[in-house]
Amino acid sequence: MPQMTDERVRAGFARQEDLSLLHEVSMKTAGVSRLEMCIQCGTCGGSCPSAADMDHTPRMLFAMLRAGIREEVLRSNTPWMCVACYHCVVRCPQEVHIADIMYTLKGMAIKEKLFVDSTAPDFSQTFVEMVETYGRSFEMGLASRHYLKHFPMRLPGMMPMGLGMLTKGRMAMTPNKIKNIDQLHNILERAKTLEMTS
Amino acid sequence: MSKYIFYPGCSMESSAKAYMESLNTILEPLDLNLEEIEDWNCCGATEYLGLNLIPAYSLIARNLALAAKQMDGTKTVVAPCSACYLNLAKADHYMAERPALGDKVNEALAAGGLHYTPGTLDVRHLIDVLVYDVGLEKIRSKVVRPLHGLKVAPYMGCMLPRPDYQHRWSDHERPTELDDLLRALGADVIDYPLTTECCGGHMTQISPETAFELIRRLVADADERDAHLMVTVCPMCQMNVDAYQNEMNHFFGTDYHMPILFFTQLMGLAFGKQPEELGIGVEMVSSRNALADIGVEVPVTQDPSAPRKKDEGLPMPRRWTKHEGKEVVK
Ligand code: SF4
Ligand code: SF4
Repeated sequence: MPQMTDERVRAGFARQEDLSLLHEVSMKTAGVSRLEMCIQCGTCGGSCPSAADMDHTPRMLFAMLRAGIREEVLRSNTPWMCVACYHCVVRCPQEVHIADIMYTLKGMAIKEKLFVDSTAPDFSQTFVEMVETYGRSFEMGLASRHYLKHFPMRLPGMMPMGLGMLTKGRMAMTPNKIKNIDQLHNILERAKTLEMTS
Repeated sequence: MSKYIFYPGCSMESSAKAYMESLNTILEPLDLNLEEIEDWNCCGATEYLGLNLIPAYSLIARNLALAAKQMDGTKTVVAPCSACYLNLAKADHYMAERPALGDKVNEALAAGGLHYTPGTLDVRHLIDVLVYDVGLEKIRSKVVRPLHGLKVAPYMGCMLPRPDYQHRWSDHERPTELDDLLRALGADVIDYPLTTECCGGHMTQISPETAFELIRRLVADADERDAHLMVTVCPMCQMNVDAYQNEMNHFFGTDYHMPILFFTQLMGLAFGKQPEELGIGVEMVSSRNALADIGVEVPVTQDPSAPRKKDEGLPMPRRWTKHEGKEVVK
């Protein structure tokens, strides 16, 4: 990209490129995100089974990241609609870690309380609370809490299914707990004090 | 006897019990010894990664650290669930790709007296081990009841062949491992282009309309191609296609009946095991008729999800649009 001249910026034709948001997201992503390598080809959106339900395609979202419009990015439902199918990931010519970037954006949106619909963050939160308490996930506790709060109208339709899962022994009434739960707690407590800084 | 370290994952104890039971029946014939990771914990599924990076990876890495202690003669960790497999593989891969992440995760693990050096273990999915280590030849040699005439749609799901950090699969979009294995059992494997499309994952919990459409596509395509049943390698896929099929039908006004079984259940059948030993019959969409076609009799289990005899009675809400915000196409 040609360097923008100061005159153009001063004259208001352009603004100084601010890539701080792009870099922040990249740094907070697990592996080497390659986010800055995106060439805006659109292969990701074209491969995405959830694109129709997204506010922005992944390509658009990455352009917004580069433009530094933080609030719009973090309010977008796109990361929440991503089903992590990795279709875009294996097709992206630049090998951008798209699905992992979506995870990062979810985490940032939760921290900054910017995503409006609480269903998805609540589900993740409830799931994680169960795992932190027992060390294992507990479908029954998770489902009942989640449905009561977010989908009460679905419950009548779900009852036969839930009952079927119970009678067929596919859902436990009580959670399993790991033996060394204290060790897991210590690990997670320490982990929560750590952040990616480089 | 080949030994492997085994990470079962939470659903093998509950919703995917049938997967575990059927897997247990095929271990001996195939000379496999799976040694469970002592005191393993949940991998966080697809939930923790989106909440908090270091805790999410530390949760996964505790399992890797524990597994590494059990290495004795093998460095392969086998996971039967695609989501667990991907999480374990992801942690191992990214801790190496991004040493800063590896350091932080190990700092957290140290609080529990543990440590994991990325690259120590090979993380593999069960079907990978069966096809490439055990081999199709051996599997074929154990077949006493070939599944001739059973038309199956091989459903690999999305998280297994992608993103494929270690290049283990024949293809990212149309891998053939499951097809080959089912063919070795004598089954009639249909061409199923949607084999690696997503089942909706956790969307059944947070955006049902999105999930139902994904499930509908999978089921409709298998149905159009005259499959008797779908075959899966993942508890999450099984759960979505099986347990939510009824609700999906309700949502679209369709009446698909597409059973979905675990590949290990079909292996057990072909190896001459009885349906009861294989957890066949606990699926919500019954495979009874499909298997009757090849002369396998599935015991009747009480099925509360069966349609009600009378159509009158209390009206059930068909949709829930108003209360959940999103507009849904009629
Ligand atoms: S496929 Fe990759 S390079 Fe193309 S727009 Fe998407 S992220 Fe950018
Ligand atoms: S990983 Fe997410 S963004 Fe990429 S194609 Fe799948 S759903 Fe779409």
